[in-house]
Amino acid sequence: MNWEEIFVALPKLLDGAVLTLELVFISCIIGFVIAIPVALMRASQNWWVSNIPLIYTFFFRGTPLLVQLFLFYYGAAQFDAVRESIFWPVLKEAYWCALIVFALNTGAYTAEIFRGAIQAVPHGEVEAGIAIGMQKHTLYRRIVLPRAIRMALPAYGNEIILMLKSSALAYTITLFDLTGVTRTIIARNYLAIEMYFTAGVIYLLMTFIFIQVWMRVEKRLLKFQN
Amino acid sequence: MIDLQGFGPQIALGAWMTVQVAFGGLIVGLVFGLMGAAAKLSPYAVLRGMGQSYTTVVRGIPEILVVLIVYFGGEDIVNRIAESVGYNDYIEINVFVAGVCALGLSFGAYATEVFRGAIQSVPVGQIEAAVACGMHSHQIYWRITLPQAMRLAIPGLGNLFQVLLKDTSLVSLIALPELMRTSQAAIQNTKEPFTFYFIAALIYLGITTVVLVGQIYAERWANRGVKRASA
Repeated sequence: MNWEEIFVALPKLLDGAVLTLELVFISCIIGFVIAIPVALMRASQNWWVSNIPLIYTFFFRGTPLLVQLFLFYYGAAQFDAVRESIFWPVLKEAYWCALIVFALNTGAYTAEIFRGAIQAVPHGEVEAGIAIGMQKHTLYRRIVLPRAIRMALPAYGNEIILMLKSSALAYTITLFDLTGVTRTIIARNYLAIEMYFTAGVIYLLMTFIFIQVWMRVEKRLLKFQN
Repeated sequence: MIDLQGFGPQIALGAWMTVQVAFGGLIVGLVFGLMGAAAKLSPYAVLRGMGQSYTTVVRGIPEILVVLIVYFGGEDIVNRIAESVGYNDYIEINVFVAGVCALGLSFGAYATEVFRGAIQSVPVGQIEAAVACGMHSHQIYWRITLPQAMRLAIPGLGNLFQVLLKDTSLVSLIALPELMRTSQAAIQNTKEPFTFYFIAALIYLGITTVVLVGQIYAERWANRGVKRASA
């Protein structure tokens, strides 16, 4: 182990880690915003309402993230209509492409997690709400959604960790996240083992800290249970 | 219809390679998973510690990093060892072997937890009954614990296999000619990235769907002797 080189590279690696965290944070927020309405539609009794968003979740959960990234980043440029449209300044930036694809991807997984949770809300609680005369949106806002999100917390935490790990793919579309920085440093100093080791430790630390924080959140939100 | 411009056979070969890598990773991963679960449930603290650090480390770092570490890092280590024993030619690791090992390694870390949970769910009374019949510990393992744990592990393992299938695309980054790689080769010639990545996406969808159906049948087969609590 060449510790000296590791310390030289550390500041740059941490810069990369900041971009990784930024990508994960923003895409998880957008993904959450996408997931709620999609999950509500998926949990609907109506066949059409529940199966139209299935196309979205099926595609994003059934194909590798790498394919989705390349499809958006390299694929979009194939069409002149896209290149001449007002979206092009956004779509040609690797950063925005990564954010959009990550958000859509995690949104699809999160939607299915929430759908399961919504369907698992005890029916008696819904009936109780109806019995007091709640309207549909009050019922969802006060009973179904708060209950479902609490039930989905462990699975949702896992999904965020998976997103943190998947975000390493951002380097394949020229972004300098933690993995991207690691690879550029290796291209210069040829210390593959040392640099990948350091990057691995940083990823481990990030997941470890996240798990601790998430456990606190779970404990707090589920306080009423014991 | 979509024009493949003569790249159809190549892409089909890539898809076949993807399937091979996936099943290779599955076999390696199941072995790692069983060993990991055995280590985590062992009475020896050293083995438990090893199992724990294996699952913590591999589950905590990105799959792509595992692939890169196994490929580049593994090559580095092999060469450093070879150099120290006086062998000076550069040794190259086979991409297929590296890819299968890397995917198996990360599959195994998750499978360890699935197997551990499944083994622990086998009722103690059955183990006691086996002991009472005079079975040895390895007889109990092969005849009582493992067959029942397998049934409980199938849903979890099926989900992990779906993840593994999608992770095979990562092996394209170390230049193994699987579906992504052959699609990229076609794109370099045709300059039609959307068309070919979209076809690749559809093929992945097809493969994951087939596996999903297979999983349903496997679960039905494994549960054939079990009465359901409610219809």
